[in-house]
This record gives sequence, structure tokens and C-alpha cells, in this order.
Amino acid sequence: MNVLRETASQTAGPYVHIGLAPQQAGFEIFGNNFGNVLVTPQTQGERIRIEGTVIDGSGTLLRDVLVEIWQANAQGKYNHPGDRQPGKAVDPTFRGWGRACSDFDTGLYSFETIKPGPVTGRDGRIMAPHVNFWIVARGINVGLNTRMYFSDEAQANAADPVINLIEWEVRRKTLIAKREDRAGKVVYRFDIRLQGDDETVFFDI
Amino acid sequence: MFGRTPAADAEFMMRDTTSHPPAYAPAYKTSVLRSPRNALISLQHSLSEVTAPVFGASELGPVDNDLIKSCAKSGLPVGERLIVHGFVRDQFGRPVKNALVEVWQANASGRYRHKKDQYIGALDPNFGGCGRMLTDENGHYFYRTIKPGPYPWRNRVNDWRPAHIHYAISGEGWVQRLVTQMYFEGDPLIATCPILRSVPSDEQIRGLIAQQDPGAFVQLDSRAYRFDIVLRGHRATLFENHVQGAAE
Repeated sequence: MNVLRETASQTAGPYVHIGLAPQQAGFEIFGNNFGNVLVTPQTQGERIRIEGTVIDGSGTLLRDVLVEIWQANAQGKYNHPGDRQPGKAVDPTFRGWGRACSDFDTGLYSFETIKPGPVTGRDGRIMAPHVNFWIVARGINVGLNTRMYFSDEAQANAADPVINLIEWEVRRKTLIAKREDRAGKVVYRFDIRLQGDDETVFFDI
Repeated sequence: MFGRTPAADAEFMMRDTTSHPPAYAPAYKTSVLRSPRNALISLQHSLSEVTAPVFGASELGPVDNDLIKSCAKSGLPVGERLIVHGFVRDQFGRPVKNALVEVWQANASGRYRHKKDQYIGALDPNFGGCGRMLTDENGHYFYRTIKPGPYPWRNRVNDWRPAHIHYAISGEGWVQRLVTQMYFEGDPLIATCPILRSVPSDEQIRGLIAQQDPGAFVQLDSRAYRFDIVLRGHRATLFENHVQGAAE
């Protein structure tokens, strides 16, 4: 049977900001910009900030990277018609998707969001709370997928079916963001290493 | 070829990695230090992979798909007027409806409106270089722009990018997220571009080259190019949808 081939991926290039974050490229064009704030004042859930850097094989920070996240709401429900988990409601004020670019000087990316709840995974196994990441930049030929888990969910992480797929236990820690309390604000630090020592686990999804 | 309609939580076809450039493609020098060395861990799909953000028409502005108008201040942008259109389908040929298609490009001089672009090619005060739109019920999208120019880039000292338009597409599932670039039929720089040549087959390279489409020309106004996009196929599986619960 004939199945079409997926269109080939190409790098997002150094000027990805023009298309996906024009304010960072240096100009105003759209009335409504997609950005890194996922919450409104009405959104349910614990407010968190996710921040970090993306690091190449020489230890240098990428200052031209674009990161997107996709996550469930505080109840562990995705805002999508495919999510039929019983007993969980969509939060109409929370789409669960955001986009951020690393800062041209500091290399830091960040998101303002809420901590997601656990989502039922395959065969009814519960997945620990996590945030899905997609990373594109100059020099990345196919967008990279990974997941961020939470350091304060050690028990749930230990039972997570995806973390447990990673045969090399020493690599599992690359997916765990560290919780910090910063003047009353909850910050999770998640640095992504593209290559080299402690290379982040990336997924073929 | 369509077969049964997949459920909204259906799995997608696994990615055929031979359709894509390898992460490590040394002729494209920047990829050397930005490519993972470990094998990717393959996941069976859960809700996290088969769902994705849904976008609404109200989030986009009325000229977001008209790059000729969206930044015009003192006049029209310089360059060849073009319409670009095509269909976004999945690997089974099904239309991907309501997909977010975002595009960005250099101006007619090969210069990007970007604070980090130092190329000598002139900026055009009437051209921004980005647009976005949603596909319709048939998976069709279209926008209007000017033809981008080629430009030199620091790879080898005389490497030039063929004229191209960048695309980012968000479909029905997170696994369908794709970035790519569209090239123009007949461009002599296509033969030597290290970024395009990182794609491992001529068939897949051809898929990135838009064809002139006289049927969509606007008379005495604009030419047109057709560029179709294929995203990962949504499977209609039998007896085995385990994505959010036990098998029944």
C-alpha cells in the first residue's frame, strides 16, 4: 500500500525569530503574538516559571534557539479533543502551549506556566507530571523532542513509563528539572545539552 | 488510500528517518556541535504525543497572510509579486484541517529584517518577511508575498543559500510538528546548497521545491507557486488503541 513520505525537515535557521517571534527579531507586525506566558489570572494551578539554557557540544550556550512546550493542565488534561480521560475538565483559560526564544545575550529561555497534573499513559499507566519540549535552531536539522519532569515528584518519576524506558539510568537525570524557591516564586531550572557529557535524552516520537 | 477515519486520539505513523537529514551533517558546519550523539529513545505514543495545541482564526489578523500588505508603510515592497499555495495532508493523503502554517523569508535583496542579520543587501522599509495562516477544510493554505533573494552565508566562504521560504507547521498532533524550507523550481543554487543537500534522497529534495503554477496566476499582477506539505500519517488502528487506557 502506498503511503506518502513526510516532507523533509530543514533547519529553522538563525532568523527563526522573524517568523515565530518577530518582536525578538526587532519589529512589530502581528496584533497578537504567540509567546512564553501560558497563564491568565484565572488559570487554575500552581504558578511556576520554567527557565534554562540550551548548550552545544563545546559547552557554549545557544543564543539563537527556539523552544516550544506543550503540557496538560493542573488536572492532567490536555486541551485537545483527543483527550477523553474521564473525570478531568479542560481549563478554558489554559491552552497549554507556549513558545520562547533564548535571550541573545544571556542564552536564557523561560516560560510562565502552571505545574501540570499527571496524565494517564498507555495501557492505563500513569505518567508523572511532565512538559513536552520541542527545540529548533540553526544547526538542528530535525526539531528535537524531549520531556521535562519535576524534581519534587521523585515517587511519580520512579514509576513513570517513559523514564523507565531509558535503559541507561545515569541519563534519566537529564530530564529532571530542579525546583528552586526564588523570593517566593517557584522556578524549575531545565538546561538542555545537545551533545557531550550529560547529553539530554531526546525522543523519537 | 484514506481508509477509516482515525480517532482524535489515534497514534501516528512512526517517523521514517530516511526522509530527513541526519542530525550530524558535517557539510552544514553548524550541525556538528548541535547534533546529539546518542540514539533517540523511541516512544510509543501517549496523549502527550497525539495531542497538540488548537488554534483559532480569531488569533490571526486579516493581513497576516499577505506579506505584501502587512508591513507596507510608505508604499509596496520591492520584488516579484507571488502567491504561494498548497495543501497540507498526512501520509495517507487526508487533509490536515486547521493546521497553523507560519512562514518567514528574506526580502528581494536577500536581507532579513532581523537585528542579527548584517548582510549588505538593503532592508526594504515596506517588507517585514513573516506571515501565518490556518489551513481550511481541505487542508489548503495560501499567502501573498514577494520572491526572496538568495544570499551568502558563513559556511564556506562562497556558499549562497538558494531563494527559500521557511515554514513551521503545527498539525493535529505534537508529533506532526515540522519545520522546513521551500525552494523555487529552476534555481541554480539548489544544486550546491549544503543545507538542502543534507536531505538524503533526490525524491525528498524534489518535495521541497515549489513548482510554478500558472493556473493560480493573477492576471497582470502576480505569479504563483504550489507547495504541498505532507505531515505524519494519522493511523486508524484496529483493536489496539491503548493510548489512554487498557485494551478492551
